[in-house]
Amino acid sequence: MNDRAKTIEVEDLRLAYGGREVLHGISFDIRRNEIFGIIGPAQSGKSSLLRCFNRTIDFEPTAAVTGSIRLEGEDVRRVKDVFALRRRIGMVAPLPVGLPLSIYDNVAFAPRSAGLRNRSDLDAIVERCLRQAALWDEVKDRLTSLGTALSGGQQQRLTIARALSHQPEVLCLDEFSIAIDPVTTMRIEDVLKELRRDITIVLVTNLVQQARRLADRTMFLWKGEIVELDTTEVIFSDQPGERHTFEYVRGIFG
Amino acid sequence: MSAPVVPAVPTVPARFARTPHVARRERTEQIAKWVFFAMSVSMILPLIAIVAYLLYRAAPSLSLEFLLDVPRKGMREGGIWSAFVGTLYLVWISLAVAAPIGVLAAIYLHEYARDNWVNRLIHLAVINLAGVPSIVHALFGLGAFVYAARFGYSVLSAALTLAIMTLPVIIASTREALASVPKEFRQACWNVGATRWQTIRRVVLPNSISGILTGIILQVSRAAGETAPIMFTGAVFFKAVQRGELFPYGLNDQCMALSMHLYTVSTQVPNVKESIPYATAVVLLGSVLMVNATAIALRVWLRNRKRW
Repeated sequence: MNDRAKTIEVEDLRLAYGGREVLHGISFDIRRNEIFGIIGPAQSGKSSLLRCFNRTIDFEPTAAVTGSIRLEGEDVRRVKDVFALRRRIGMVAPLPVGLPLSIYDNVAFAPRSAGLRNRSDLDAIVERCLRQAALWDEVKDRLTSLGTALSGGQQQRLTIARALSHQPEVLCLDEFSIAIDPVTTMRIEDVLKELRRDITIVLVTNLVQQARRLADRTMFLWKGEIVELDTTEVIFSDQPGERHTFEYVRGIFG
Repeated sequence: MSAPVVPAVPTVPARFARTPHVARRERTEQIAKWVFFAMSVSMILPLIAIVAYLLYRAAPSLSLEFLLDVPRKGMREGGIWSAFVGTLYLVWISLAVAAPIGVLAAIYLHEYARDNWVNRLIHLAVINLAGVPSIVHALFGLGAFVYAARFGYSVLSAALTLAIMTLPVIIASTREALASVPKEFRQACWNVGATRWQTIRRVVLPNSISGILTGIILQVSRAAGETAPIMFTGAVFFKAVQRGELFPYGLNDQCMALSMHLYTVSTQVPNVKESIPYATAVVLLGSVLMVNATAIALRVWLRNRKRW
């Protein structure tokens, strides 16, 4: 497993908002086609880390990033076309965001932004992504109705479909299940297991059991530092490398 | 150790009993409701009173002829067409200048500019400019357009002065409309690799256009009603115009305007038929109300199409 190619390599990444440092020089690799779990209590820098990946952190005026993040060997902070970079990474936010457009336009938004105009190509992408996100059967008859009119769980799957629509190499999910019901959560988890064959998944979650169910390897991030990074079996075993990990996954602190 | 003290749980009827406290609370609630209601009604009454009184006093002169005819016999007879057309000119020219500049500036300030001290300074300046009295704008227009830019005492100078006056308010209201679009929408767009402009065009503008348009249209009525800025820069007491003529003024001409005309016939001309100033006021008020009604209708229509 160790010789598998690295999709993302993070090296000595530091992130500060104003003078307040939230990531204190972390280094780790994410391997191709694995589900990489990131667990840790609130305010430990998980979401900020994801925003560094696709450089939406640039929209934060006070944020200062040092260190390097390489996506397939290419330093994300040196890429010329940041919009192309963002299309290589799918992002799913904690709360579902259906754009105030039709279901079809929601999914076609990214391909269109990238310049795709051909109707039949767009049709194919919309159907493929909605199928991948396990939403197709529920919405195929009303693709022109509003994405915002869907239920929370459906909107979250719509968000995932939109994140897949630009054919990313990496899919990052930031606590995707906090606003949706357990049944939908399990459906999306099944979707993720399917997707793993094609792409790399980064799963940030507050639910440690979710990481245990899905992740190949899990990283425990706490107060901007990596406490432990190992295979999920080790992290959730009775003897992980760090006492903190043991206590956190069992809910003793955090 | 003694047994723990169990607090007595009140029986169900006792729990819902009308205690003095409950009665007092309900009374307060009633009083509050009626006070708020009375205040709301008292807002409407003056408006109705003004409109009714104006219509009553203006009745003898009000007719389509009054609108279409030009002032005659030293404004003691005839209509107000020259002033009406003048106001149309001034308002639309000033709007054509102020609206695009204001909206584009607001989009830059809200969507592109970083939140640094320059941006905050501009924001502060805009807010303060919106509060500058119109007579000060008038003086500025006189100095800047009439003399410095050598546009002279003209329609152009007056319209530009009105534009300067309405610009900050348009910027402020557009900013507010843009700010009402949730940040999450923008982030979702950026996450899939959309540029700022794609985000603005596809998501931000369609969902803020009703607020933007309302802000602009409300400035129309403000521009139509102001007297001071145009009095200093291009509006005159009288200018000969043909009855019903659609393009009586060029950009370099001086013009008449409703607000100015109202002032003239009310205070400057002796022995004017009493109903003429009132009829002028009715036309001015009517035009403004009509523009506002358009704004409201547009807002309702766009709001119904709003997507979240």
